[in-house]
This record gives sequence, C-alpha cells and structure tokens, in this order.
Amino acid sequence: MIEILTGSSLNTIQDFGRRHAMAMGVAQGGAMDRLALGYGNLLLDNPLDTAGIEIVFFPFRVRFHAETSFAVTGADCPVTLDDLTLPRDWAITGRPGQTLSIRAPRQGARAYLTVRGGLDVPAVLGARSTDLKGGFGGLEGRALQKGDRLTCAPAASIRLPAAGYGLSRPCPLPSAEGTQVRVLPAAEHDIFTPESLKTFQTAAWTLTPSANRMGYRLEGQETLMLTRKLNLFSHGILPGTVQVPPAGQPIIQMMDANTCGGYPKIATVIEPDLRLLSQTGVGAPVHFREITRDDAVQAIRQDASDLRTLAAEISKLRTQLVF
Amino acid sequence: MTRIHMAGASGLLLDAADGAFNDMTQRRIWATSRELNARADIVQTIPGVNNLLVMFDAVKTDPAAMETLLRDMWTQASADEIPTREIVVPVAYGGIFGEDLALVARFANLTEEETIEAHMAGRYSVAAIGAMAGFVYLTGLDPRLAIPRRDSPRLRVEEGAVVIGGGHAGMMPCTSPSGWHILGRTNLCLFDAFRPEPGLLRLGDTVRFVRAS
Repeated sequence: MIEILTGSSLNTIQDFGRRHAMAMGVAQGGAMDRLALGYGNLLLDNPLDTAGIEIVFFPFRVRFHAETSFAVTGADCPVTLDDLTLPRDWAITGRPGQTLSIRAPRQGARAYLTVRGGLDVPAVLGARSTDLKGGFGGLEGRALQKGDRLTCAPAASIRLPAAGYGLSRPCPLPSAEGTQVRVLPAAEHDIFTPESLKTFQTAAWTLTPSANRMGYRLEGQETLMLTRKLNLFSHGILPGTVQVPPAGQPIIQMMDANTCGGYPKIATVIEPDLRLLSQTGVGAPVHFREITRDDAVQAIRQDASDLRTLAAEISKLRTQLVF
Repeated sequence: MTRIHMAGASGLLLDAADGAFNDMTQRRIWATSRELNARADIVQTIPGVNNLLVMFDAVKTDPAAMETLLRDMWTQASADEIPTREIVVPVAYGGIFGEDLALVARFANLTEEETIEAHMAGRYSVAAIGAMAGFVYLTGLDPRLAIPRRDSPRLRVEEGAVVIGGGHAGMMPCTSPSGWHILGRTNLCLFDAFRPEPGLLRLGDTVRFVRAS
C-alpha cells in the first residue's frame, strides 16, 4: 500500500484511456505521455497500459506501507527515495516506511509513478483512467489527495537490484528551445487564408497557462483567419485536433478533450508528437510542421516499432540484472 | 457534395452537411456508423450532426484504403430505420432554473409562456451524442427558437439544465461550461457510468419535453 503525502487537484490515476466510449460522449482520456507510462510498466514487467499516477503538480510525495517495486518515468525531476537520489526513468523497490519524493521538473512537465501489478482501482467503461469531468474512474473519479491510500493489484513480486535499474537512454523530452510537432491538414485547412497557413507553420506559438488535460491554448503574434465565415455542425474531434476559434489563436485538443466540437480545424498533431506537447512547459515555444499522410503513417509505425524494441531491450536487460 | 477529410493519420471525418440539417442524411450517417462498427479494423466511430468521425489504427490499416472503403460504404448506405423510443423529459421552466427564458422570448418575439409552449411542442430526435458524456444534440427545435450560442460560454452550467443553442436543443448531463441558453431544469439522470447502459438516450430516440408537475 502507498500513502499520498501531498494533495493537488491535478495528480490523477491514468492508464491508456477509453478507446470505445467516445460514442457515448466520454473522453478518450489516459496518460498524456503514453510512452513514459509504458516505459515505467515495462521496467516493472507489467502490461504496457497498466494504471499509474500522472504527476503534474510538484513536489509529490508518497510513503510506502508495504514493500513495493515502483518506477518513476517521464519528466526529468529530482527524485529521492529517503536519501537515495534516483536517476531518470528508474525502477527500484521501496521498503515499508520509506518516502519517495518527486520535485519540480528540470525538463518536461509530467512524471509517472508506476507500481508492480498496477494500482488496484476498478475499471469503469473499460479503463482505470480518472475522468475528472465525468467524475468517474481512477480513485473515486477525482484527483489524489493527501492521506489517500492506494493498494497495488496482486502480482508476483519481481527482483530488482538494490540500487534499482533503468536504461541508459531515457524517454526523449522536448528541448528548451521549443517543441516541434508534426501535423496533418484537417477539415477546414484550405479555408484559412494563405497568410494564415504560412503563419501557422512559421510562427513560434507560446504555450499559455491555459494548458490542461482537456486542451492546450497557444498564443502568437499574429492570428489565423478564415477566408469566409463558417457555421459548422457539431462533429467528432480527436486528441491532437488543432481548433481555431474566432479569436484566431489555436487550441490543441488533448486526452480529456470533449468528443464533439464546432470550431474550424486547421490541423491535427500526429500521435507520436502529442506526448512531446504534453511534456512542454507553460511559456515554451511550439512550432508546427505540416507533413504528408504517408510520412505520418511511417512515423506512427516507427513509434510502434521503437516501443517493441524498447520492450525487448528491457526484457533482455532484466535477464542480465546482477543482484 | 460529401467530403472526406483527414483527422490525423488514424481518423477520417466524413462531412455530408449541405446547408440546413437533413434528416435523411442523418439516418444514412447512423447506418454507415453501425456498419463500420461491425468491422474489426474500426476502433470506433462518432456520429456527429450530418457528419461521421471514423477512427482506426494506422499501424495496421492503410488510411488511403480506409478512405476508399468509407466513400463506397457511404455511397451505398440507405437511411437507417432504427426502432425509436419516446422519452418524456419533465422540465421546471423559467425562474431560477431558466435564467435565459426572458432573453430567448425576446429573441423569438414571443412571450415567455409562448416560448415554453414552442419548446414543449417540438418532437425532437437524438441526432448525435457527444461533447460531454451523455450530452445529446436534439434536432427538431422550432426555428423561431434558433438563437445563436452565447459569444462567451458560461463557466458553469448545472447538471440537468435544459438548453438550446445553434438550432439544437439539449440537456446538461453534468455540470460543465456551456455557451447554450438555459430554459429550465430536469431531474432525469442523463448519464451514469455505473449503469449497464450509461447514457439515458440512444441515437434516433424521440424526446418530448413536458412541464414538471
């Protein structure tokens, strides 16, 4: 069992979200940085999409009340287990009474705490992800509070080296100079003015403080304008959709986005780059680059193949662990 | 003219809207959606208002082939004749529960009482479900009540609010921001994630509003 020592309205239990409930109006949800959550699960020999804690409010501290193998992955944060400093993307076993402390990131924005077996909360509509808007999933449909106690789902314990282990190559994070995201043109792309389409790709957009699991509002020097006024019927939208409301500043829909919307859509961020956005800090520049659908498919397939490679590397490493 | 747009590499948005809302088009959207959902290579679909979002896995499925399939399926789709249920929604109109009733009445050039009558006279159809869990887009609103949405959304509209906006009627399944206008309040539970069928309403259902006793 682990006890949460720090409260916030933002730290939530997440897995890979609900893939089949959007037709009911339920957000897809799930970890904003799936690679980081998946990485932690691979280090603990859990299925990739096992539920862990998404941490966006720091410092975050937990106390272990039972021996618990865990991993901290994602953003580059100062992490300590009592007095022991842990490297990035690291798995280790915590003993009863020990405190894990995760402080504000040096780079990146979201850290993930995963435990062997996963967090034992009920699946709702096919996932353990917290849906804050709907008030279900995770722990009682809410963010984790100080004093919450979470149990780990039963799983055979795994042996880890006393000092823990991890790969020498951690998850990539966006650089301080800005986040490059690749996009495909979306439905109303061609109705934007030629200047707006150019601005969209050349401007440095700044991530505003209005950035949460539902959407990321960006701000730029210039605005994006349509050549004519549109009155769109409500339509389904996916995480990654870049909407442009009348004010002309883009909003990127994220994992907890509404399932339907009515604003014009200029582009969609490709799936592999959504996690980079989720690790972008407020005030950092974001650059869009349009690619072709073939290139996007190739990037998505490369991403899936990289994850398989990572899983194989970790699995091989586990057989070589020295105790 | 139906258009198919990319929605990322793993999604396609079929947009069949042609001016005003078309009921026949909507029935074809539902039929196409149901046919697609029977396929193993479809992750899910979201029927919108005269449009359809289709999601698949671009790791396994070629998007260009999926686009061809969608176009063929749409061309051949006939209007869905799904059995319709009638759901009666009791509403407490006006007063503290319907803060925009006076505004809507002025817009429609009606009295508040006539506005309520016009809202109750409609036989609405659930055209689409989305935005938030269990929110239904109802078609069939009296055109006199087709007031545009608010310029800036209210940050908090209570669960159960009976609302109209952009030519549609709806009800709030949870407390959430909304730019729609509030006519009244219902105490029906529109969505409960723990019910066997979480949403109260299904696509194609007929909705009738009555005054709560």
